[in-house]
Amino acid sequence: MANRRYSIFAVAREALRYHAGWERAWASPAPKKRYDVVVVGAGGHGLATAYYLGKVHGITNVAVIEKGWLGGGNTGRNTTIIRSNYLQDPSAAIYEKARSLYEDLSQDLNYNVMFSPRGLLMLAQSEHEIRGYKRTVYANALQGIETRWITPAEVKDLVPIINIDGPRYPVLGALYQERGGTARHDAVAWGYARACSNMGMDIIQQCEVTGVRTEAGKVVGVETTKGAIDCGKLAIVVAGHSSVLAEMSGFRLPIESMALQAWVSEPIKPTIDVVVMANLVHGYMSQSDKGELVMGGGTDGFNNYTQRGSWHHIEETTRALVETFPIVSRLKMLRQWGGIVDMTGDRSPILSKTPVEGIFVNCGWGTGGFKAIPGSGFAMAELVAKGHSPLAAEFGLHRFREGQFIDESVAAGVAH
Amino acid sequence: MSTRLSKGGRLIDRTQPLAFTFNGKPMRGYAGDTLASALLGGGKSLLGRSFKYHRPRGLVASGAEEPNVLVGLGRNARFEPDQRATTTELFAGLEASSQNHWPSLEFDVGEVNNLLYKFFPAGFYYKTFMKPRWAWKHIFEPIVRQAAGLGETPKEADADRYEQAYAYCDVLVAGGGVAGLAAALKAGRAGKRVILCEMTAHWGGRAPVDGGTIEGLAPEDWVKTTLQALEAMDNVTIMTRTMVAGLHDHGYVICYERVADHTPGDGRPRHRLWRIRAGLTEVATGAIERPLAFAGNDIPGVMLAGAVRDYLVNWAVSPGDRVVVVTNNDDAYRTALAVLDAGLTVPAIIDARPKAGGALVQAVKTRGVPVLEGRGVARVLGHKAVKGVEICAQAGEGGAIQTIACDAVAMSGGWSPVVHLWSHSGGKLNWDAAAVMFRPDATRPPTGDAGQPLARCLGAANGLLTLDAIAAEAGLTAQVEAEAPIVPVWTMPAGASDALKFKSFLDYQNDVKVSDVQLAAREGYESVEHTKRYTTLGMASDQGKLSNINGLAILSDTLGQSIPATGTTTFRPPYTPISFGAITGEARGEIFQPLRKTPMHGWHEARGVHWEPVGLWRRPYTYPKAGESHRDSVNREIVNTRSNVGLLDASTLGKIVVKGPDAGRFLDMMYTNMMSTLPVGKCRYGLMCNDNGFLMDDGVVVRLSEDSWLCHTTSGGADRIHAHMEDWLQCEWWDWKVYTANLTEQYAQVAVVGPKARKLLEKLGGMDVSKEALPFMTYREGTLGGFPARVFRISFSGELSYEIAVPANMGLAFWEALNAAGEELGVMPYGTEALHVMRAEKGFIMIGDETDGTVIPQDLGLGWAISKKKADYLGKRAQERKAMVDPNRWLLVGLETLDGSVLPDGVYAPAEGHNANGQRNTQGRVTSTYYSPMLKKGIAMGLVKNGPARMGEVIDFIGDKGAVIKARIVDPVFYDKEGAKADV
Amino acid sequence: MLTLTCPYCGATVEETELAPGGEAHLKRFGPGASDADFESYMFSRKNPKGVHFERWRHAYGCGKWFLAARCTATLEVFGTYPAQTTEPPADLVAKIKEKRPTWEGYE
Repeated sequence: MANRRYSIFAVAREALRYHAGWERAWASPAPKKRYDVVVVGAGGHGLATAYYLGKVHGITNVAVIEKGWLGGGNTGRNTTIIRSNYLQDPSAAIYEKARSLYEDLSQDLNYNVMFSPRGLLMLAQSEHEIRGYKRTVYANALQGIETRWITPAEVKDLVPIINIDGPRYPVLGALYQERGGTARHDAVAWGYARACSNMGMDIIQQCEVTGVRTEAGKVVGVETTKGAIDCGKLAIVVAGHSSVLAEMSGFRLPIESMALQAWVSEPIKPTIDVVVMANLVHGYMSQSDKGELVMGGGTDGFNNYTQRGSWHHIEETTRALVETFPIVSRLKMLRQWGGIVDMTGDRSPILSKTPVEGIFVNCGWGTGGFKAIPGSGFAMAELVAKGHSPLAAEFGLHRFREGQFIDESVAAGVAH
Repeated sequence: MSTRLSKGGRLIDRTQPLAFTFNGKPMRGYAGDTLASALLGGGKSLLGRSFKYHRPRGLVASGAEEPNVLVGLGRNARFEPDQRATTTELFAGLEASSQNHWPSLEFDVGEVNNLLYKFFPAGFYYKTFMKPRWAWKHIFEPIVRQAAGLGETPKEADADRYEQAYAYCDVLVAGGGVAGLAAALKAGRAGKRVILCEMTAHWGGRAPVDGGTIEGLAPEDWVKTTLQALEAMDNVTIMTRTMVAGLHDHGYVICYERVADHTPGDGRPRHRLWRIRAGLTEVATGAIERPLAFAGNDIPGVMLAGAVRDYLVNWAVSPGDRVVVVTNNDDAYRTALAVLDAGLTVPAIIDARPKAGGALVQAVKTRGVPVLEGRGVARVLGHKAVKGVEICAQAGEGGAIQTIACDAVAMSGGWSPVVHLWSHSGGKLNWDAAAVMFRPDATRPPTGDAGQPLARCLGAANGLLTLDAIAAEAGLTAQVEAEAPIVPVWTMPAGASDALKFKSFLDYQNDVKVSDVQLAAREGYESVEHTKRYTTLGMASDQGKLSNINGLAILSDTLGQSIPATGTTTFRPPYTPISFGAITGEARGEIFQPLRKTPMHGWHEARGVHWEPVGLWRRPYTYPKAGESHRDSVNREIVNTRSNVGLLDASTLGKIVVKGPDAGRFLDMMYTNMMSTLPVGKCRYGLMCNDNGFLMDDGVVVRLSEDSWLCHTTSGGADRIHAHMEDWLQCEWWDWKVYTANLTEQYAQVAVVGPKARKLLEKLGGMDVSKEALPFMTYREGTLGGFPARVFRISFSGELSYEIAVPANMGLAFWEALNAAGEELGVMPYGTEALHVMRAEKGFIMIGDETDGTVIPQDLGLGWAISKKKADYLGKRAQERKAMVDPNRWLLVGLETLDGSVLPDGVYAPAEGHNANGQRNTQGRVTSTYYSPMLKKGIAMGLVKNGPARMGEVIDFIGDKGAVIKARIVDPVFYDKEGAKADV
Repeated sequence: MLTLTCPYCGATVEETELAPGGEAHLKRFGPGASDADFESYMFSRKNPKGVHFERWRHAYGCGKWFLAARCTATLEVFGTYPAQTTEPPADLVAKIKEKRPTWEGYE
């Protein structure tokens, strides 16, 4: 289905006829008998995988199947932060790939994902954090990522509502990524879905995978609530439910599913122009284009599939944010929610072949998945299409056996 | 025009007039008013501007569901944006201002958006603003952001204080209407511990306004009697102004008490956040009336029928002199009666049902009001105020049949149970097609820790909309007029044209119209969650209380499917917004987090110390003298310690005693080195890894006696390491006979360091501290200056050093005694930075600097501390894995710049070429770097690929702005390589 | 906000008194174990959506570690028991089977 291009002119044209002429953003077909690649999971990562399979590798006989509604998992539940100021080379590479793809994503997809490189700060509030963030700046320079260390006065200039002289943990400086920022999370999923649909891929919602079929150690298809679907390759991209799909495929993953919460204030006029993360005290905050202050902190520590978290985390993080931004005290919490994140043994993601030939898995993004979506999809598509991707190479399951971990905890010990 | 009536008003006290201001203009209301009733009573009906189109807006509702009239309240340190006028109790001196307009409420430039409404349908921003690329951030987004948002930002830190409290009960009743009061009474009489919460300042819910009788009494009288009975029960706690905000897992309930919002500055906390564990939550939260979706249903003067009734009966405020009622149910006729009772006019009732004929209808007809059946409102006339309505056939497309002049419209689309609390933790709903509502499914409640139901819905929240049904459920009797059935009406008229649907509002605050939901459905945003997010329906600060069901029904209609097939969005806490101040409570400023203090804390503070936070502790970073920079002060402390004697408050150091017949065997598993063979009275430096092989802590282990060891940990690590030990003891080797005790806070510890350390201790007098009696790496107990002391001959500085532990309550006295005795020896305290520099001068590693969770002991040249004899220790198997024995691992070395400068902290050394991802290859990094005042040059430690084999080699590090810094790989021990100074 | 009953104290306590510790009944592999066994012990987790056996410490109470059987989909707690065991007690397993007939059981 060739979809009409979006532009200000199209909107103006439609305005004259009450927008009656807009077509579906994506088709909603019944599954075909067979696809070259079936992607399980129509979240950002799954849709991006499909998109780059088509765009980069010319593989368009692809289905993306989704048990609920597309973008309904963590893609639509996160706090939309985008950054690539990671310490370890493999992380920095994939997150920077993602960030750089975000720069042009609206134009690439012809769908405004509202990527807003408004700048991102990680506050240093201890000597230890100063050292960690300065180290990150030096590492980033060699990784081709623009970050810099800024002074407390510069922090205050960027964030006038911040209290840099808190009695307990004064702000000692910050790691600043000027081209970090946010994007509109739902639009990322919708934009990819529309683009995939335009390439002739099938996005099949309300279709749950109930089994994975293998023959002689090789995947041949999936059983779903909409019938059996054959496939040449299977990409499992189902954050939060990776273990469940792995179990169906006959292997286990080094993953535990936990709740991560976020919440917003009532909308107010522009108050904070950058994203601020205060990792020592466990909180981060930005402002959405609608005017809500978007806040979040750390994960719960126990396995949980309910998409509800524990209240005390909200209190702890709110305290941290009120301490950092005293005016927040007089605002009100509008809405809180939770998502299920899958945490790996080293808190870094998995993009990997699996013990079953033809099955690839992309999971374990923990608290940091949204920012990675384009890079993750790009790398996953390459991995599925070619069997190898330099961006994914270090993120294989083998690392847990060999002890070759990618541990970012030194740079950011908090959810984000 | 809205006005205050001369009589009536059950909640107001006309003897207590209150002065307040709105947009700076003085106004008057009465005690008992809400800000909303006072404004309306003062003739103000234009009270706000909508989010997107900046349309003029007035009050729609009378309670927490109000979407339009949000105001800025107070000023300076007591300013609060986005406060609902309907839930703000009036007080003398209240200052309110309307929001989201420029330059004024009456004339708002932003209203240009309203003229261009056709260009701004749902999601238009996803289709535009994409070119050129930079324009989103630099042009479009700033415009969007400035136009969006509602209230102003508070400018000052909060002047109020907040409290938090805990409570426990068998039954928590949410809602103080008839259902809630009856439920509380029943549970109270059954002897249960009961907490009853009502979010407003008044009891009784809708019943006193809506009429009827309960147990033969007028509702108001029944409420009074019931309250008296409840107040007499010791097992019942009743709270007004307390909203049950959320029902969380295992019956954890968050309640939000607005203690002093109506008495600001009276010294009480402004809000109190209650955390209540409730056995069962009885959800008696009532129902919310639905608007009808007709064109112009947002013009100031169009209100919910129930709200019109509330304003008339509760506050004697009339929204207009001529009130047209438009409805699909009988309940709205009560509003017509209330209007008539107030001596005002009802020009007509427009009933969308083909036939209207209940007792209430008859009552209205009897009073001469024309009832137009099968009719709807085609459009409301007016802009900033209602001027009239055009009437059409409900079944048609909106062709006007007649026009009725009026200045207010009371609308009712039926009522929706407030099931938020039921749904927060997973309670499920059923669609009741006959009653036109989602109601709780009692067979699928939210469940608790034992799988038991956590909640039960009662009264209107359970879908019982009439007083007799509510009473019957509670085992009471009530009389009330019988009502004829409701007929669902989702758009008015049913076949409304595009032009009308573009003006028929569903979500008032976010300006979501019928046409937007239909556009979303047409474009494939078919899931209710897609539609919600695409149109922003239900995402405004009223969280869809008025709009969700209408939007859902229109989406279902558009998709040609039933409402249950479409499903609902998830209800998220809190029910209405709650202040971050309350969520924060008193944990701010100095007591934001607990502060751990050593016994000498006050001494340090009195000397102008510069603190460094270490976990929840504060440790002295350095003790600058007047006019001295931190750097100078640190250097002075080092030079003095190395040439005279220095004192370090080492009390934060973890001190864990491990005792028992199997203690040695246990420590052999905990540490990489052999601890079981340590002789009594001796000290040994130990390394602790997790079972994944990585170094997690280090410290000196002392054998106190045959069966007990004292394990020193890092300052931040004591609790973590103690928990780690207990984990292994309890969960893996539970048959081993070992006890552990974390004695960190039982002892104060002082490091007495420097060539004159012994002299200082000898001046104090007591135990023999000579080399012979107390050699390096040994330990003795005795007294020093009369203080009972454990003295360890250990050194983290390379100097002659004693670490001395005394009981915590003697710590300060001991510290002062040391300072006094050491005065003539030039004793000075030193802080953590001097400690760091001195340990770096000696090449000692620091957990957290040389380690970062990716480093194993073998990387740090600590192979000597890894026992080769032991079959096992935590981390041993892990350290045999491929990556851990890779010959290319980065290993610890010393680094010196060629020019003596200090290497920047954290810099990397690039290697040849780039990796497959285009990143520079690297071969090492700096882990610690300092200026050594002893050596008068920069010294550093770092991890370098194959480093120890490359001694003398010069490698490049990349500093700020790409500057190349050359540094030579050297031995990491810079100072007193032979160790002569410590072992004296 | 969970509540769990500490089998040592007998007290039903708030989640904030407790520290979670991940999957229970992991068998430790040490020196001499194969790479695969060691990896499985360190990292492979059942992570079921349903009945989960897990470790908790009554960290701000008696300090004891204990084990719990809990449903990760509903948060129902089937029971808690002391940590000094290599598998869940039979009566607890039977109780869970009764409540969750489709549960595949503890392997």
